[in-house]
Amino acid sequence: MAESFIRFDKVTKDYGTVRVVEDLDLDIARGEFVSLLGPSGSGKTTLLMMLAGFETVTKGAIILDGQRLNGVPTYKRDMGVVFQNYALFPHMNIARNVAFPLEMRGTAKSDIAARVKRALDMVQLGHLSDRMPGQLSGGQQQRVALARSLVFEPRVVLMDEPLGALDKQLREQMQLDIRELHHRLGLTIIFVTHDQDEALTMSDRIAVFDKGQIQQCATPRQVYDHPANRFVAEFIGETNLLPGKVTGVDGSKIALTMPDGSVLRADGATGLAVGDAALLSLRPERIDLHGPNDAPAGLNSLRGEVADTIYQGDHLRIVVTTPAGRIIARVPRKAAEWPNGASVALGFRPADGWIIAP
Amino acid sequence: MRYAKAVYATLIVIFLVAPLLVILPLAFTSSAFLTYPIPRFSMRWFNELATNQTWNRSILNSAIIASSTTVLATVLGTLAALGLRSQDLRLKSQIRTLFLLPMVVPAVVLGVGMQAVFVPLGINSTYFSVIVAHSVIAMPFVVISVSGALAGVDRRVERAAESLGASPWRVFRLVTLPLAMPGVLSGAALAFATSLDEVVLTLFVAGPNQRTLARQMFSTLKENISPAIASAAFVIIVGTVVIAAALLLARMTPARRKGRVPKTT
Repeated sequence: MAESFIRFDKVTKDYGTVRVVEDLDLDIARGEFVSLLGPSGSGKTTLLMMLAGFETVTKGAIILDGQRLNGVPTYKRDMGVVFQNYALFPHMNIARNVAFPLEMRGTAKSDIAARVKRALDMVQLGHLSDRMPGQLSGGQQQRVALARSLVFEPRVVLMDEPLGALDKQLREQMQLDIRELHHRLGLTIIFVTHDQDEALTMSDRIAVFDKGQIQQCATPRQVYDHPANRFVAEFIGETNLLPGKVTGVDGSKIALTMPDGSVLRADGATGLAVGDAALLSLRPERIDLHGPNDAPAGLNSLRGEVADTIYQGDHLRIVVTTPAGRIIARVPRKAAEWPNGASVALGFRPADGWIIAP
Repeated sequence: MRYAKAVYATLIVIFLVAPLLVILPLAFTSSAFLTYPIPRFSMRWFNELATNQTWNRSILNSAIIASSTTVLATVLGTLAALGLRSQDLRLKSQIRTLFLLPMVVPAVVLGVGMQAVFVPLGINSTYFSVIVAHSVIAMPFVVISVSGALAGVDRRVERAAESLGASPWRVFRLVTLPLAMPGVLSGAALAFATSLDEVVLTLFVAGPNQRTLARQMFSTLKENISPAIASAAFVIIVGTVVIAAALLLARMTPARRKGRVPKTT
């Protein structure tokens, strides 16, 4: 990773006796898009609010571009913040809303008009500059808020679940729009969300939060394919977790013996040793279904019985009971279908499983 | 059921405005007495108000005192409401009750107390003492009205302003205050009306030079029941209605004139 642009150095936040963020370290590079992902109450929004200056830091330091931010008031931090409820000024029209940060900075009048126009054109709302916020739809309001937070070229853009109030289609459109803006303008964006798809779609890196701590901070691929622990595996995407015992370790290759004595091989997190209890995390879409005796050699295979098949439009979800537990497989529509009760073999490549500590 | 509601509502409205309907026509009587029937409609008593020194003076006094009270009570009440909004204020509800106390304490008690304070300071029976006294009982209306308006101001909007580079003072002037303005204006109207018809406190703290319209009506009532009282009442009501209408208009204007906001400096 490039040198750190924003650094959280052992940041702790207490509300009275409740510790919301604990001893947290995080480095963010210039131009990076980092999502803070976690369930509500995990501390992700609090971290953002501390970065914006709306909340004080109980212990530790936040450093932006070499400058310690503790004690610097919000209005001197030069960060654009986008809120979930848009937070437009209801008594100013769209152009005045977008002009606001420039006026606060004493930008010349002629300059303001041009930059406001450019910012509104960027979000395709140039034709609505005379409207009041109340006359716009939610999606339009959020695009105005986005333009307002970008028009003054802030050092960092903070987004607090900005798409949470929009319907699904609009949200997906905005995700792509923001992603595109990020690439085009080289913005540093910190994006709080509880929607994992959103985080996977947009981020360079995802910091997964739980209980005031970062459980894992890595690229979307790493977080999804190689979760650091059980929380991350379960929180991001859907997974089957099968308990077993480590019976062999060779670098990152681990052999896991299941309760019925069968042995499965997969990659795994470091730190596991022979004799440890462990979990195999197996994503439903990485599993193939075969006839009971057709499993190709070289693959892990688990025998089981089809319990249910659920039609999902573009794919099928097949519930299989195995000696290792109930497993859900997600198979394409074109694959063969099996009646309930049929014996099948579940196959997966060692690289498609991931073994973690329980 | 709907019938019953309509009848009930009509009765309530009659109950509320009947006194006005009874007294107001008497403002235009030609008779020397404040009684029905009205012999002839005439402007005689308005003439009396306009020409008689005592009435004249009291109308002027009321205008001075009510407008000063409005300014003082509105400024102080708005500041109090802003302070009460602060999140980390201890004993907030107790302090709030304290601010609203003048509404429930009997005016006589307040009057005695204020006189006891003003006399030793040598400021009793001055415009200052009357304005201060009126402000004390007018302020709670402003506090309530502004608090209500502030409750409707989204804190996230203020936070957004701050993150965009507005200092706390500018956040207040460009965002909070404009958004709370309807509450400030209705508070001001209530303060004005409160001062206009205040009698009891005025009896204690005002001297003969600060005789207000309401006070003058009150003493006229004791001496001779002249229809000039009805005319004065008419003036007060018209004054109140005009102020209320002006405020209503002022409140509607910003929404009409799209996007016009106070100049930034």
